[in-house]
Amino acid sequence: MSTTTTPEVRTRRSAPSYQGFIARHAATTPTYAAVLILLVLLAGAETFLPGNFLSPGNLSALLLDNAYLLVLAVGMTFVILTAGIDLSVGSVMAFTGVLGAQLLAQGTPAVVAVPAMLLAGGAIGLLIGVLVQYFHVQPFIASLGGLFLARGLAFVVSLQSIKVEEPTVLWLQQTRIRLDGWYITPTGIIALLAVAFAALVLHLTRFGRTVYAIGGNEGSARLMGLAVARTKVTAYVISGLCGGLAGLLLTAYSGAGYPRNGIGTELDAIAAVVIGGTLLTGGRGYVLGSLVGVLVFGTIKTIISFMGAEQSWMQIIIGGLLLLFIVVQRAIVARSERQR
Amino acid sequence: MTGILRHRLFWPSAALVLLIVVNSVARPKFLTTTMRDGQLYGALVDVLRGSAPLMLVALGMTIVIATRGIDLSVGAIMAVSGAVALTIIDGSGDPENVGTVLVAVLVAVLVALVLGVWNGFLVSVLGIQPIIATLVLMLAGRGVALLITGGFITTVNSAPFAYIASGYLTLLPFAFFVSVAAIVAIALVERRTALGVLTEAVGVNPEASRLAGVRRRGIVWGAYVVSGVLAGLAGVIYASNIKAADANAAGLFIELYAILAVVLGGTSLNGGKFSIAGTVIGVLIIQTLESTILFLGVPSAESPVFFAFVVVAVVVIQSPRVRGALRSLTASRRRDVAEPTTAEVAP
Amino acid sequence: MPADTEVPPVVQMRGITIRFPGVLALDHVDLTLRPGEVHSLMGENGAGKSTLIKALTGVYPVDGGTITVTGTDRTFASTADAQAAGISTVYQEVNLCPNLSVGENVMLGHEPRRRGVIDWRATHTEAARHLEALHLDIDTRSPLSRHSIAVQQLVAISRAMVLDSKVLILDEPTSSLDRDEVDQLFGVVRDLRDRGVAILFVSHFLDQVYEISDRITVLRNGALVGEHAVADLPRDALVTKMIGRELHDLESLSRTAHRAVDRSGEPLLSARGIGRRGVLEPADLDVYPGEVVGLAGLLGSGRTELVRLLYGADRADVGHVSVRGERARMTSPRHAIDRRMAFSSEDRRGEGIVADLTVAENIVLGIQAQRGWARPIRRSERDAVVAEYIQALGVRPANPDAIVGNLSGGNQQKVLLARWLATAPELLVLDEPTRGIDVGAKADIQHKVSELSAQGLSVIFISSELEEVLRLAQRIAVLRDRRKIGELDSGQVDLDGLVDYLANAGKGSAA
Repeated sequence: MSTTTTPEVRTRRSAPSYQGFIARHAATTPTYAAVLILLVLLAGAETFLPGNFLSPGNLSALLLDNAYLLVLAVGMTFVILTAGIDLSVGSVMAFTGVLGAQLLAQGTPAVVAVPAMLLAGGAIGLLIGVLVQYFHVQPFIASLGGLFLARGLAFVVSLQSIKVEEPTVLWLQQTRIRLDGWYITPTGIIALLAVAFAALVLHLTRFGRTVYAIGGNEGSARLMGLAVARTKVTAYVISGLCGGLAGLLLTAYSGAGYPRNGIGTELDAIAAVVIGGTLLTGGRGYVLGSLVGVLVFGTIKTIISFMGAEQSWMQIIIGGLLLLFIVVQRAIVARSERQR
Repeated sequence: MTGILRHRLFWPSAALVLLIVVNSVARPKFLTTTMRDGQLYGALVDVLRGSAPLMLVALGMTIVIATRGIDLSVGAIMAVSGAVALTIIDGSGDPENVGTVLVAVLVAVLVALVLGVWNGFLVSVLGIQPIIATLVLMLAGRGVALLITGGFITTVNSAPFAYIASGYLTLLPFAFFVSVAAIVAIALVERRTALGVLTEAVGVNPEASRLAGVRRRGIVWGAYVVSGVLAGLAGVIYASNIKAADANAAGLFIELYAILAVVLGGTSLNGGKFSIAGTVIGVLIIQTLESTILFLGVPSAESPVFFAFVVVAVVVIQSPRVRGALRSLTASRRRDVAEPTTAEVAP
Repeated sequence: MPADTEVPPVVQMRGITIRFPGVLALDHVDLTLRPGEVHSLMGENGAGKSTLIKALTGVYPVDGGTITVTGTDRTFASTADAQAAGISTVYQEVNLCPNLSVGENVMLGHEPRRRGVIDWRATHTEAARHLEALHLDIDTRSPLSRHSIAVQQLVAISRAMVLDSKVLILDEPTSSLDRDEVDQLFGVVRDLRDRGVAILFVSHFLDQVYEISDRITVLRNGALVGEHAVADLPRDALVTKMIGRELHDLESLSRTAHRAVDRSGEPLLSARGIGRRGVLEPADLDVYPGEVVGLAGLLGSGRTELVRLLYGADRADVGHVSVRGERARMTSPRHAIDRRMAFSSEDRRGEGIVADLTVAENIVLGIQAQRGWARPIRRSERDAVVAEYIQALGVRPANPDAIVGNLSGGNQQKVLLARWLATAPELLVLDEPTRGIDVGAKADIQHKVSELSAQGLSVIFISSELEEVLRLAQRIAVLRDRRKIGELDSGQVDLDGLVDYLANAGKGSAA
């Protein structure tokens, strides 16, 4: 078609070498590190703790006890990948939990109450997203507004704990699908489904790739003609929905809605996501990493209670682990900057 | 000068005045201050006293935010310093001794200083994002406080210690004088020396400041140390007020209220120009609002709903979108003065 | 090969007007782009080039005028709108996502899907096809950040081709490319032109504009000066149109190059074998008291890198620096400042001014940083220093309390110069101090430099404009490809000689 000669391009084809492999997979390194830490923790606990730590029952309980946190971490991953943050999730979980419990206590059928919980969570996420996207409020501050709102609303719904007697909700927790000492509850299945669904969305849809593009360089994403505004708002809505879903799981788990639930849980969720290898600067990370992060979190918690140590160690150890990961991430980033 | 005041602090001041007016109309007692034994009592005095811990924390937060940072660990530092002070007094065997209390307070503040040094190290030396760096201590700090108190809520009966929060120095509460002293000290150090302007330079453009020879590391590090020390003092006042060290409740959410106060005072979270006076007004707005909510008979647990609306209203008003809309509104009315005068933000 | 004017234009902008608060950024500007033509948009900084581009790409809404694309009137609310209409842009600071793979960057938002989910295999195949169309053979699965800016730019162009663009806007695409990379880019551009794409090219490099363009539109101060076929517009006429002054105004600027410099004594600054891996090969440089040393070289030649190493803005990993014969450790700007050096960066906004602070605060920042925070400069002293430099350098507005971010580029540069002069340096390093500022400010700064050097100040002067270097510097160090290739006495070389040396020295026969 064209007769013009173009000078032959002398771009080296990066041969599939060891270096190329490392370059391609640099983004997954922190996640593998998290897997390694998890394995070391599990092996260490099995070796040094009295009794049988790696029993099917124990490991099954890990998922059961942390299902709500896993769901929160899934939502948080979306937001952090866009280089945002959502401080509201712990409070949203408390609010939707107590809202659901109240609705159920008033005789509202579960088919209405459960969607209402999700909607309430999604609405707070939407509010945060709109503030971030359309009013250029920093995610930190916008979600702080969400935190205040949700926490206050939780107390508006009820100042006390509300017991849940609705059989469907309790079924989510009490049903044990067993296999050889292993078991899983519907809450655990829901949490795992959330992970799988999120992983598919992030990897295989244009929406998911736009999330990564925004985290990589938001200005570029906009100039590339991607739907930045819609995607960012949606990320916060997803986080809010996950907050609502976590509210359901926690209500099922504890058999009650309590407005003081989840104080500081947003920090646990952020810690789990970071430990799972997602960079807080956005654009790099995996939702499966967040699953690993939550498991690390849960394992440490279990180890502490196994040792009979005080739970205050939990906060210190998670803080320390968070520090370790942050410093390592910082070193990786600094190194890649030097190489450029 | 008046032009400057109007520009930067007009809206925060107007909000505070409005709140006070609404309160005075709704409950005439609000403005009533009674004198008993040479000591003033009343709702306004309560606001001044009750605001002390938030005031201290918010002052430190202002400096940290000016450097483009943020300190999420202030609440945890409060818990630690309260725990340290009470544990020392509790273990001394002589809680009524003024010397013991002084030592306890001093050690508590020193520990807070060390925690501030730690935060500053992570941010200024290792170059970790401030939100993340201080998140570490925010998480771990309460654990440390719990370990210090052995997992219990330590309570003491110590008149000298209780004096810090509830005592009076002539007319007004002692805690009020502590916050005034902190405001004056910070304002003097920032504005009478070059620290303020160097801090702003670092906050606005870190790389330009580095090339201009500004000791960025020292300035940023110092900001976290100041924040830590002030949070330590706030922790002592909080503990003195409830006469106990409650590692879980002390300073809970205070980092959020402090950030809100700073933003209300007109300091941008993007760092740079900061206003001590603005932060003071911001704190008073929050404290007055809190008092109003209590007066309205709303359970204090529900008050976050109100603050959520405040946060949303403030950030929406400050957002470029709304500002632009407002500007074009006024511009179309008075097109001849549309040109902004560049002198209006002068110090 | 200027295209036939009978070909219907693909884009017609008429009477485009854009207002910013207090500024008329574009005043009834027309622009016509025809298929199969490379059209250059020329103008000094502030002429309105980027505003016009942003109007065409939907970043800014227009306040007046019409945009017609292939015969239909369009209003673009976003970049996505403009892209849908076939208008794509490649920016200087490559707007892609460094965290994603090359293939994904090419295809993002247009990935082939199967049963609702992205088909990654097809995505990479198609990306490779588009890249190969530009003769670019790279692994589409490698992360974008592993590639050079030149390759990233070609990736961005490939992306534009995925969108099947009728119009491709290249905004300063060559400013960080070396000559070979420019050739590669131009090959691609010609290729696209011959396929009927309309190309809008923006560059500061006149040679490149004349090499690639068919037609030139000139803007000045937000207004249209004219549209010309390249053949009808000689270079001096173009420059005259761009700056609105005759060339000899520029020529009459002071010339200090012939002033004799005493090099018998000890050099003020002496660098031996200073370098940094991947940044600059080890180089030597001496600067004597009262001397202006020019650094000549293209962008990316290592000229900025060299002065950053001398100043301690970046750390050298080999070599050493002596100041007045004494070995000096230069690992931080403070070390350099303590030895009476001053460095004004080429990145005025990013590394120079502190935008939110006032003129006065910016001017005294250097002095204050030296004194430390505990010893504030007294108000009266400050006012005196500030007033002195505002007057001496002609800063406009002459208001010490004006916010620096609101000043024009030239005045910001003067404020920076004032900041450094106020610290009374013995060696002043100026990296591109006159880039993108108006001619008046440029002349002011050049005068000041020659005046100060006559009084004994040593200066290292970097500029892309070789005439300027020749005029000011007594000695010129020439750099190419991250290597110092030699030194010239500016009394013995003219512009052609310098260009020839810069391009050819060390290659083949030249020494």
